[in-house]
Amino acid sequence: MKHKPIPQGRMMSRKLREGLESTAVTGLTLVILFIFLIPMFYGIVTALKTDSQFSKIGAPWWPATEGQFEYEGRNYEIYLVPIDGEMQELALVVKGRTNSSFVDPDHPERGLIEWEGVWRQLDRAWTPDPQWNNFVKAWNTINFPMLLSNTLMYAGITTLGAVISASLVAYGFARFRIPYKNVLFMLMLSTVILPSAVTLIPTYFVWYRLGLVGTWLPLIMPAFFSWGTNVFLLRQFFLSLPRELDEAAMIDGAGPFRIFWSIIIPQAVPALTAVALFHFFWSWNDFFGPLIYLAGNPTKFPITVGLTAFNNLYSQSTNLIQASALISAVLPVIVFFFAQRVFMQGVVVTGVEK
Amino acid sequence: MSEKTKSPQNGNQRKPKMTRRQKKEALWGLLFLSPWIIGFLAFYVLPMIASFGFSLMDFNPTLPEQARFIGFQNWQRALFQDPEVRQSFLRTIQFAAISLPIGLGFSLFLAIILNSKNVLGKNVYRTLFYMPTMIPLVASVLIWNGVLNEHTGWINVLIERFTGIQATGTQGLRWLADPKLVYFAYTMFGLWGVGNAMIIFLAGLQGVPTELYEAAEIDGATWLQRLFKITIPMITSVIFYQLVLSVIGSLQYFLAPFVLNQGTGFPQGMTRFYMVYFYKQSFTFSNMGYGATLAWLMFIVALIITVVLFGTARRWVYYASEEL
Repeated sequence: MKHKPIPQGRMMSRKLREGLESTAVTGLTLVILFIFLIPMFYGIVTALKTDSQFSKIGAPWWPATEGQFEYEGRNYEIYLVPIDGEMQELALVVKGRTNSSFVDPDHPERGLIEWEGVWRQLDRAWTPDPQWNNFVKAWNTINFPMLLSNTLMYAGITTLGAVISASLVAYGFARFRIPYKNVLFMLMLSTVILPSAVTLIPTYFVWYRLGLVGTWLPLIMPAFFSWGTNVFLLRQFFLSLPRELDEAAMIDGAGPFRIFWSIIIPQAVPALTAVALFHFFWSWNDFFGPLIYLAGNPTKFPITVGLTAFNNLYSQSTNLIQASALISAVLPVIVFFFAQRVFMQGVVVTGVEK
Repeated sequence: MSEKTKSPQNGNQRKPKMTRRQKKEALWGLLFLSPWIIGFLAFYVLPMIASFGFSLMDFNPTLPEQARFIGFQNWQRALFQDPEVRQSFLRTIQFAAISLPIGLGFSLFLAIILNSKNVLGKNVYRTLFYMPTMIPLVASVLIWNGVLNEHTGWINVLIERFTGIQATGTQGLRWLADPKLVYFAYTMFGLWGVGNAMIIFLAGLQGVPTELYEAAEIDGATWLQRLFKITIPMITSVIFYQLVLSVIGSLQYFLAPFVLNQGTGFPQGMTRFYMVYFYKQSFTFSNMGYGATLAWLMFIVALIITVVLFGTARRWVYYASEEL
């Protein structure tokens, strides 16, 4: 690149520089993204492999099986044979120590091809053979319908509880003058960073004495008493709603519940959706709670705990483990793609306005 | 007459008594807060007190009649006699010292490049970088466990192919079996969950007034100068928020080691973190008195860290608006 005289070149070089910058930054982002998503490709590719491919030396990275060819009613293995300096995929028909006979799968009518050399030193030819059936196998082995319905029930009920309770509490914080409200609010926020272990043992003990360990109740109940982050998000949103409508309704004689239900809630649908999504994903992901409260009752397991148990039992079946991990990821990822705008706005509200 | 004598007293009472209307409003408010108040008492306050009570007892939930009061013996054991407490805590800190800067740095870095006006197709990248955050953590740990496999995992295969260094096999990079590498491997699992932090940083970056950049550009500031003199100082409040949450989160780090090795601490006890040890004591050995002690210790540590962080915040965190 030549340096142009400064007065004229400034505009040009600036444009050029911006173009270069744009290419460089976009390229960098693409490379990072590619590396970032490598495990995902790996998971998909691995899930489609046969069991035997993992232990075979010389197996390709993509899902494949060793090629076979049926010739005159019998199956022969296909090898990579160097003939005239060119690699050809040929089926080995007659095995010999120093020379063997092959047949070309594309032209079997041409008959046997003699080849001099040791066939044991040849590599097998692999043909792409994705095992879509692995997903079915994983689905059945792990009893996915049961795990899925457990998870859906858990996520559904707690999401409902979380949204109802958080919106009631947030309304209280946003619209009423209550003595020591700020203290209460700070207390509520502080529960967000409280390590859950410190309340776990007595809570567990109570549920244990009630004979409810091994049921969903200990996991579902707390959702109906509101969670700090959800309340925070909704309170921020309720505060942004104009008070005029509330006041007009009050003059018309509407009580607080009526105002909450007919005025606040209809305006807050986006925020409520965000909270619902948060909670749905959170409970879909929840591991520690179910692990502790459902221990010893595999019929109640959600996907996360079931997947872990499956991994411990079938740690050799890499392909099935990858397939089941992917199956469990499909639903949240789909929901996310449809609802990402609402969801990301919710993330922003809880994260930035503090 | 009587009014005159009473008035100074009334004047002293700065807060006048609530009127009936205010009382009614407060009652309604409390009614709406009641789910939280009940939950706060039932699931936070009482269990915390009870947890402290349990820490003074030798206690097994299956044999409650054998529970007995032993004073501060559990605390003595945890603080002075049980070396595993200190070790598992130090491991947790060591892991956090590696994973927190990398995780926060990576999410901030992503946010900065995605906020750059020069990147084409921003929204697509944003969605794709966020996507793995949606994958249940258990599933992503299993996927990473495969991709980091020392023999067949793609990470080692790719490293070998591109650099020529022998990465696969028992002589290569044994990500999950080598005590020196395992924390980096676990850090990589965490990078798949940077989506939330990235979005929050991105929103913070978008809130930085553009006039500042324009002024800096006129003054001839370089990209790096703008980054360290404008961008980062302006979003310290967001960084602080993320820092607090991730520190508290990493104290409770549990899932990956539990999914991969059921808390055996493989390799060489390196992954027996504090929370894993707490789980083992409380739920594997049913040693709930001691477990409650460990939980309270964690709470105290978390409290100290939070207080210290908030104390330092005054020096380096910038809030655009004064009111909190």
